[in-house]
Amino acid sequence: MEDLRLMKGNEAFAEAAIRAGCDGYFGYPITPQSEVMEYLMKEQPENRTGMVVLQAESEVSSINMVYAGAACGKRVMTSTSSPGYSLMQEGISYIAGAELPCLVLNVVRGGPGLGTIQPSQSDYFQATKGGGHGDYRLIVLAPSSVQEMADFVGLGFDLAFKYRNPVLMLADGVIGQTMEKVVMPPQRPRFTEEEIRRNTPWATVGKSIDREHNIVTSLDLQADSQERHVLHLQEKYNEIEANEVRCEQIKCEDAEYVLVAYGSSARICQKAVDLLRAKGIKVGLLRPITLWPFPTKEIQALVPHVKGFMSVEMSLGQMVEDVRLAVEGKVKVEFFGRCGGIVPAPEEVVHAVETKLL
Amino acid sequence: MTLNEICKPENLVYKKTSLLTDKVMHYCPGCGHGTIHRALMEVVDEMGLQDKTIGVAPVGCSVLAYDYMNVDMQEAAHGRAPALATAIKRLMPEKFVFTYQGDGDLAAIGTAETIHCCNRGEPILMIFVNNAIYGMTGGQMAPTTLEGMKTATSPYGRDVHKVGWPLRITEMIAPLNGVWSVSRHTVHTPAAVQKLKRAIKKGIEDSMAHKGTCFIEVCSSCNSGWKLSPVDANKWMAEHVLEYFVPGDIKVDGQMVR
Repeated sequence: MEDLRLMKGNEAFAEAAIRAGCDGYFGYPITPQSEVMEYLMKEQPENRTGMVVLQAESEVSSINMVYAGAACGKRVMTSTSSPGYSLMQEGISYIAGAELPCLVLNVVRGGPGLGTIQPSQSDYFQATKGGGHGDYRLIVLAPSSVQEMADFVGLGFDLAFKYRNPVLMLADGVIGQTMEKVVMPPQRPRFTEEEIRRNTPWATVGKSIDREHNIVTSLDLQADSQERHVLHLQEKYNEIEANEVRCEQIKCEDAEYVLVAYGSSARICQKAVDLLRAKGIKVGLLRPITLWPFPTKEIQALVPHVKGFMSVEMSLGQMVEDVRLAVEGKVKVEFFGRCGGIVPAPEEVVHAVETKLL
Repeated sequence: MTLNEICKPENLVYKKTSLLTDKVMHYCPGCGHGTIHRALMEVVDEMGLQDKTIGVAPVGCSVLAYDYMNVDMQEAAHGRAPALATAIKRLMPEKFVFTYQGDGDLAAIGTAETIHCCNRGEPILMIFVNNAIYGMTGGQMAPTTLEGMKTATSPYGRDVHKVGWPLRITEMIAPLNGVWSVSRHTVHTPAAVQKLKRAIKKGIEDSMAHKGTCFIEVCSSCNSGWKLSPVDANKWMAEHVLEYFVPGDIKVDGQMVR
């Protein structure tokens, strides 16, 4: 029988983490994602699966705890919101450099600075273009429902371990706080030490006599070998771009105009598409599920059949740059967004389409 | 007597531990790091813990400690070693986990991580090497640089009224309830090295028994940064550094003794 629950997105993420066989969660409270650690502390997963939950002294510390846990071959994760995610950039760069698998959730709120605690999508650049220092990429998953807040945990860990790469879930305050129906995935076992030694032979779990000592580091003082390492990372990123693009297309088959939106903006746009179609305007929605790798080819495949695109974001225009890069000036690309924690109504999107795109 | 006649098993009185790799250390002649690495690895070897040990290397002169210590090691971002060690120990409580950090790493940029790791009483061994200067980056002022001491960023001597006093972080963390043992050592004499090894052994035993955080400061000379010969650097350390950073036990088995 399916395990159907009514939960907040943040809670669904936390419960799904326990069920994904997560070994450790290290976090620091920040609105609007504090329910993640609150749920875990109340649930006491150490009694269910042995999962460790620890409240760190800062996001700087929690992401470095994630680094260390990942370096031990464990499934580890953290969650935060925008200002906290900025503090984590140092650690994430080291994690990417050392090629460690982990899962990070950013429930985005409006910035810059301390900004607001209301929902936003203004961390797109930071999520997809780097954020920290150095040539690196994160796999970025954008849930648009409570169900996806749960489903992307297991998927995120699988991708992280497949590519030895950090995976970021980029949600927003709406997805984190909304209560919806969610079907919980079944419980996965945690890795045993034998499995870790076999499947992640690079992990620092104690030097056995049959191998050299393992070193997890992102340091290489020689320029030529550091270049080789960065080129190796690039090859991995190329492979991810070739294999892991995910997106959803809604009513795009006959669409003359296509909205591009992710996360809660995509939910708003779904309603806007229906309102516009009721007026006889053929509009579709392309929802990137992976923000990196970006569904460039999927957008390009639509270009010959449509008159224009509109990127709809809760920011002042960040993803629209990737849409424009994909479209290469062949058709019109417009933008509509609200910022600072304002969630637009579907009618505002309808109005923007009518005034800017048609 | 020829060299070959001397090099016989029965004449062997000392052997390099296999827990130090054969990699040539990059440390300056006269630096204490090599001796401290050896002391730590000899004890881990003697206790038969190579397969249970995970170490965390810092940023600073000993950033490449993982190349020399033949145990599984992680390289931390500057100052974050206690956060790494926390997670390793929490996820694998049966392992021996240590951090090896310098003064800039542990007492400046990593102050928060140091204090909170100690306050939580993470059962790990923290080795804190204090040479009162930033060696790797070229001899800048450290949190532990002595009053009046000239460095690249305090060329007229440390003015405590402008930049604060040399930080005794070891005395700061000692009273925390989570901390089980705290002591300060040196490696400038053979007797001091033996004393350090005994403290390391106790620290490993107690951290493995989950008594709390075990903290060992080692005052070490930096003759390159101090611009002295190795012999003079050791003399200067005994006369000046150890006057301010006084060696000995500070907390023993959970009880303050100073």
